[in-house]
Amino acid sequence: MASASLPDSPLLTSAKIVIAGGFGVGKTTCVGAISEIPPVNTEAWMTAASETVDRLDPGIDKTTTTVAMDFGRLTIGPDLVLYLFGTPGQPRFWPMWDDLCRGAVGALVLADTRDLAASFPAVNYFEQDSDVPFVVCVNLFDGVLQHPLDDVRAALALPAHVPLTACDARDPSSVARALLTVVEHAMSRTPRPTAGALAAR
Amino acid sequence: MPLRYWKVRPYVLTAGRTRTRTPLLVHTLVSVPYYDAVFAAGLLPEARSLYENARRAARSVAELSAVCGISLGVTRVVVDDLAATDRLLVHSDHDNVDFRLLERLRDGLRKLA
Repeated sequence: MASASLPDSPLLTSAKIVIAGGFGVGKTTCVGAISEIPPVNTEAWMTAASETVDRLDPGIDKTTTTVAMDFGRLTIGPDLVLYLFGTPGQPRFWPMWDDLCRGAVGALVLADTRDLAASFPAVNYFEQDSDVPFVVCVNLFDGVLQHPLDDVRAALALPAHVPLTACDARDPSSVARALLTVVEHAMSRTPRPTAGALAAR
Repeated sequence: MPLRYWKVRPYVLTAGRTRTRTPLLVHTLVSVPYYDAVFAAGLLPEARSLYENARRAARSVAELSAVCGISLGVTRVVVDDLAATDRLLVHSDHDNVDFRLLERLRDGLRKLA
């Protein structure tokens, strides 16, 4: 409908998916791959200030990190916008997680098989401290799955009801498929509307 | 008196408030129902910046905060103030995600996958 794009339209709806995971697993890359706006973040601000605090493996050439808000936008339809919010990776920003997760459709927890432990806290958070449905997604660095997903599931001690998938965070369609997994998982946990509820609309 | 180091503390802008009347989530969309240039000219710089940036298209609270360079907490309070007098329209949130919304998201993402 043409009127939906007008600023005064009351029909706009927004939804949110949270992208979580350990420090340096590719959350910002993931958001940037699919967002129609450049991912908004404060990375540059962080670069110099955190050098001594956020040490990365020598094998990982990451020199910046995400400090606070890091998000992208995806227009799903004329009246529906999906926002992607990357969580701050470091434990000292954890109070922000509750705020970011409030009202979220679901969460995608990224994991790097070279450093699975980095994603333990995020998995713990969604398993124990949050009602937001979540999916764990192995980020295929170099586009290769280094370990069978069953092994990853065992290493993360992930319950069977939590979906586990893999994606290339640099590839928009791969990220879209991972987000689709999140939405489908959320659907499986949301009651279908009854016939009466539909008629009332 | 020189104004070179003049600065406004966040609590001055919000009059010490940290909470809003209506819940404003980071992805809550905000837009300007009808733009009023005279009203805009009378606003404090922060409120004006938010008002002007929400003018052309609906934007999320987080986007407004980032674009205007105003912290999320202050953005929420100032947006809430403008919404209380209907100068800004807060689009209803799906605090409880419903099935129909998920279906629309699924269908939209399938086109991209």
